[in-house]
This record gives sequence, structure tokens and C-alpha cells, in this order.
Amino acid sequence: MPKFHATVPLGYVHPGSSISVTHFTLEDVDRILTEAAELEVMPASRRAQRFAKRRVALLFYESSTRTRTSFELAAKSLGADTTLVSSLSSSIEKGESLKDTGVTLRSLGAECIILRHPNSGAPYVLAHFTGLPVLNAGDGSHEHPSQALLDLRTILAHLPKSARVAAKRNHLIHERTLQGVTVTIVGDILHSRVARSNALLLPRLGARVIFCGPESLLPEYAAGIGPGVEIERNFDRALQQSNVVMMLRIQKERLAGLEIDLENYIEQYQLHKQRLAALAPEAIVLHPGPVIRGLEVTSEIADGPNSVIAEQVYHGSIIRMALLARALDAHPKRNDESSKNR
Amino acid sequence: MTAMLIQGGHLVDPSTGTDERRDLYVRDGRVAAMETPGKLTALAKKEKATIVNATGMVVAPGLVDIHVHLREPGQAYKETIESGTQAAAAGGFTSVCAMPNTSPVNDSPETTRWMQSADRKAVVRVFPIAAATLGSRGEAIADYKALQAAGAVAVSDDGKPILEDNIMFESLAQAARVGLPVIQHAEDTRITQGASMNAGALSFRLGLRGMSVDAESGIVERDIELLSRLRKGDPSSRAHLHVAHLSTAKALEAVRRAKRSGLHVTCEVAPHHFALTQAAIGDYNTDAKMNPPLRSEEDRTALISGILDGTVDAIATDHAPHALHEKEQEFERAPNGIIGLETALGLSLLVLHRQHRMPLMRVLALLSSQPAQVLHLKDRGSLAVGSFADVVLFRPNDDWQFRVSESKSKSRNSPLDGSKLPGRIQMTISEGRIVHDARNVPTSPHR
Repeated sequence: MPKFHATVPLGYVHPGSSISVTHFTLEDVDRILTEAAELEVMPASRRAQRFAKRRVALLFYESSTRTRTSFELAAKSLGADTTLVSSLSSSIEKGESLKDTGVTLRSLGAECIILRHPNSGAPYVLAHFTGLPVLNAGDGSHEHPSQALLDLRTILAHLPKSARVAAKRNHLIHERTLQGVTVTIVGDILHSRVARSNALLLPRLGARVIFCGPESLLPEYAAGIGPGVEIERNFDRALQQSNVVMMLRIQKERLAGLEIDLENYIEQYQLHKQRLAALAPEAIVLHPGPVIRGLEVTSEIADGPNSVIAEQVYHGSIIRMALLARALDAHPKRNDESSKNR
Repeated sequence: MTAMLIQGGHLVDPSTGTDERRDLYVRDGRVAAMETPGKLTALAKKEKATIVNATGMVVAPGLVDIHVHLREPGQAYKETIESGTQAAAAGGFTSVCAMPNTSPVNDSPETTRWMQSADRKAVVRVFPIAAATLGSRGEAIADYKALQAAGAVAVSDDGKPILEDNIMFESLAQAARVGLPVIQHAEDTRITQGASMNAGALSFRLGLRGMSVDAESGIVERDIELLSRLRKGDPSSRAHLHVAHLSTAKALEAVRRAKRSGLHVTCEVAPHHFALTQAAIGDYNTDAKMNPPLRSEEDRTALISGILDGTVDAIATDHAPHALHEKEQEFERAPNGIIGLETALGLSLLVLHRQHRMPLMRVLALLSSQPAQVLHLKDRGSLAVGSFADVVLFRPNDDWQFRVSESKSKSRNSPLDGSKLPGRIQMTISEGRIVHDARNVPTSPHR
């Protein structure tokens, strides 16, 4: 029988958690990508034994297609049992707190919780009160670590061959892995957890990150997120320097009264064929989805030769297997000194 | 007749400029005498006075907090007037001014009187601050004369700033007629929707909506402008604007300019704003969430400068208790505020006296005589003969550890749990009665 009153030390976060990319050392990132590469080529039958019958809960307070399915299929392909709790068909609707929902899932035997939540920082609440590994599948405008890792894997797959070989000779991931690579992230940066996770991760590998967007969606202080991040409001100028372009959707659900002149936005920030051909014909185009065709990108771009959007989704399932493996393999740190229950 | 002799202590009383060894004699709830050591011993013997040995202690006027939330009526699960005043006593406070954002809002003489009734079992004096507008809805001015007669010492819509220019102007004008200060929670709520921390690179990184500095300074500047207009129309007006929990360099500068131009503007700063910065939020610690939010290091140091140069009139805690389940939530959903009565003296001594070498007398003035003066609390915050015998005894160099689990408040929302603070409080006396006595309580062992 599990411990029903498991005491969790104040502020504890299980080491198998992925809440923020800032928690990962470069060695962690290297290990995750190495694990991903191994799982990718592992026969499905062997993979299914890796975590047979382990219990993984998906707790979704926001709608999601790719992230949810991707995590769910990743867990299943590792043999784990999954259960989905979504805010619209559970006691959450009746007013149950995140803490109680988490503790309930733990009592039901969940060994790891994958959380998507509209409030920034919500994964910490869950981690603190359950003591379980928590995988952040997107929290408010804060972070989306698995997305940054899958974006990294996608970018690495498209690095010039020479760079890839050089990278493999030593470790795959180090401070210069993305040296010379400029990644421009375009659009609704203010509300984007994808932009934040990428901006906090990629510069540590040597990449230059350019944020591009209008003042209302990209405040000047955004550049203060960390080293290696700069702002260029002119899309064409940013594009000219880019090897990687990451297009973002305008998050209507988070605008909170902010008015955007869409016509003007499209004029200035839409990525279309002529723009890409003229300014960055070699660049790869990423998009975390969902794509609003005709707004941030045209169909020609989304389906065009530079687009790696479908690849991103593929890498997503591989990365999420690796993150789940990390979570289910990790042992909770013993912390006998302070065992105060919060 | 009850009498008490507090002897052997070092008396620090800003109102009389006393800073030396003095014995203090208290009779019938008032200060009866302040004399050189030993001089009052015979009198004490004759009147069979209780003797309090204050050797090694500072004897100071009981502290005055002009900004607390005692949560009654209506939210007794967070705090009661009884528990809140017990926390006050434990923190050395003998006068607390309670904000009106209760349930119902205190906009009536009945509620104002109810709060001061003996049935509330307050252990220190409670001075209600009444709502400036009915229901704090910012529409209709409350009956200031009746509220004052019932005991209100100021009016404020704390938590719900008065945004309408004409309402704020009217509030200042009507309050001036009866001699009440108007306390404004300066926040332009039209531009702080959904904000839960200070705006800047950190709020961006955490993905939290930020509250800009301008949201505070804009209202302070507007209010000063209204006050100035009022004074031009009626130079004899007693209009008095008091800015609550000022938190930014920009708003401080506006107050500094207004004071220089001769306007009756005062302001208070909360200990957490001069002791902590937004960095205390860490991984979304809801006990570091309050309104106004913790700001940048630049703002924090500007506030300290404002305290040192005299622009800041008072230190006020904004003691804001919330139940555990309310703070054990997602950061954006958790309510604003922290408890502060028991850590105010310690933080003030630590930051202002120890780190910034502000004389003890001046630190204590900010916590007693000056706030009493801001809200015209007669015979409070002073040890002058004839004043209420509100006294605090503490050991200024004796460090102690704040444990929120031992707080007298009903709530536990403090980011300072475990902090080591100077100034161990030994005794608090309210109108001649000992309401807190820590002298014989064994201190819990450090774990």
C-alpha cells in the first residue's frame, strides 16, 4: 500500500521532473537526446517492456491535440498505463484544487503526472504537493520544455553535415553546438511559452535568438529573459540573418483585451513565399502549432519545402518518450533534514 | 488605581527626544512620569506598583501600524480582531488601523463601532479606517462626519483605488472639512488587469502579467494634482492625501516634489517593500505575492533613500492574512498579501538600523510617533507624560528566528519563515496592561 500521507519537503521538486529548461544542465540535455536516439531505433516490442504497467497520468486543464496525443502515445509505447484527466469532465469542474487533484492521482498510483495548465507556474504547485515527477506540457505563458527539446532535435537534424559530424565526435550537446545558428522567433512572444523555453535553451548551446514582433506582443523588457536574446522589430531584417524561423500563433485566448490590427500584423509579420525566397531561402521554418493558415504563415509556407512542421511533431513523440523515461527512471532525492508537510 | 514601574531600561522616545536610561512610571493606563533611574522607586513602593525590570532592554512607545487588515467582519477564517491584535501585541504594536475591505465593507458608523466593541476582544487599540465611498464602489461618498463620530480615523477604499477624478476630488474635499486624511491605494486598475507581479524582465520570464511602475505613480501624480487644484480653490483647506504602501521610486519622487511644494501629502512604506525584491517570488512562491507587488532592487533602494531622507512618513505593514488553502494555489489565482505584524520591527531594525545605520530613534519614530501623527492618533506613539501607557520592551541586539508556525495570527502567509531578525520583543503594554510577555517563555531550540 502506498503512503497516503507522504510528506513532501517544502519546495521539493522531484529530480525526474521537466518543469523549466533552466533546470536542465547541458549534460541533461545531452542525455535526453541520447536516450531519444536510442528509443527511436529500439524495436517496439522491447520498448513496450521498458516501463510496462507503470502509471502515468495526463492532467489537462487546457485543450491540446499534438502535445497530449504525443505524450500519451509516448507513454503507451513505453508500456505504461495512461489515464487522462481533463478539466471539463472531472471534479476540477466542481472546484477541486490542483493540489487535491494531484494528491488524488498519486493515491490512485500515478507515478508521474504530465500537466498542461493555463496558469504559469502551476507545475510547481503539483510538484510541491505530490512529490512526483511532473512533466510540464505547457503552463500559461511560462514554459513548454518538451517543445524546446523537440525543436532543438529538429534543428540539429538540419544542421549542415559537417557540423553534425563535429558535434557527434565529442558530445552532441555543448556550448558551441549551435554556434553560428540564428533562430528568429516571430509573433506573439508575450504569450508564448514556446518562445520562452527556446530562448532559455538555445543560446546556452551557442545559438543567437532574435525575438521579432510588434511592441504590444513583444515588450522591450523581453530581451532581458537571458543572454543571447535580442529584439529586432523589422521582420525582413531579422529574416535576412536567420537560419531558423519559428512562427507563432497569436494567442487570442490570452490577449485579455489587447487589440491587434490583424491586417497590419499580416502585412508586417506574415511569412509568405516571396518574403522567404527573397530573404532566407535556405532557412528552415518551424511552427509549434496549431497553425492559423493565412495569418502568421501562408499555406505555401506551411506545406512548402522549407517547412519542418511535420518533422517537429515526429521529433516530439521521440523526445517525450525520453522525458518519460527520465521521469520514471529517476529516484526521488532523500531529504531527511526537512520533512515539513506544506 | 493600578501602577507600574518599568525600570533599568534604555528609554527611546522620539516624541520627547529621549534616548537615555530612564525609568518609566505608568498609572491608570497613562504615562505618569519619566525620570532618571531610581528616582521613582519610592513612589512605586508607596503605590504598590508592579515592577518590570527592563535591564538590557530598549523601552519605546508601543508601535503604531496605520495599515492592517483584521478581516472582521466577514472573513474570520483568515483573521479575527482578537487574533490580529494578538499578533500586533506580539510584534510590539499597540495601535492598529484596520482597513475597511471587510465583508460587508466598513462604510457605516454601525460597523465602525462594532469593530471597536469590547466583544471583539481586541488586546490592543483598534482604529477603524472607513470606506471613502459607499461599498468602496467608487461612486458615492460615504458620510464622513458620522464615520468620524463613530471612531474612524481616516477614509480609504484600500484595494479598490478611487479612479474617477471627480470622486477623488470630492473625497479629498469632504474629508478635509472634518479633518480626516484620505488614504489612497494607488493603482490604476485599468492597466493592471490580471497582473500578479512587478512588470519587467522577470515577469516576462515567469510568464506572469506585470504591474507597471506607472500604474502606481500615475495615480499618485493624479491625486497630487487634484489636491493641488483643491488647495488653489480653497487655500485654507485641510485636505490631506496619504499614499498607502508606496512601492516605486517614481511615485516616491512625486511625493517628494509635492511635499516640497507645500502640499499636505504623506506616505507609508511596508517592510517587505524595503526588505525584499521580486526575486523572492522564486518558483512562484505565493507568499511573495502582494499588491503592490515586490519590485526591483532599484525601487527597493529608492525607498530606503526616501526613508532616510524623511520623504517617507511611516512604516506600515499592510498585514494581510489569508488562509492556507487560498495561498496553496496557482500563483495567478492566489490572493494578494502577507502577514507582517510580527516581523515589522525586526525587518526595520535589520535593514534600516543595522544595514543602513539609521539611528534607532528615527527607526522607532517611523513606527510610532510619525504614523500616530499622520492619522492624528492623540496620545499614541509617545511616552510623554499624559500619553497612553502604550509601551514596547525589546532587546535590540538579540537576534531571533521568525517561525510562522508560532505566529499569533490565524494565517501563515509570510515569505519570512525562518528569517533571523534582530530585536527580540520582551513585553508589550497596552494602556497600562501587559498584553504580551515573552520574558519567561522558553525560546524554542533552533532546529
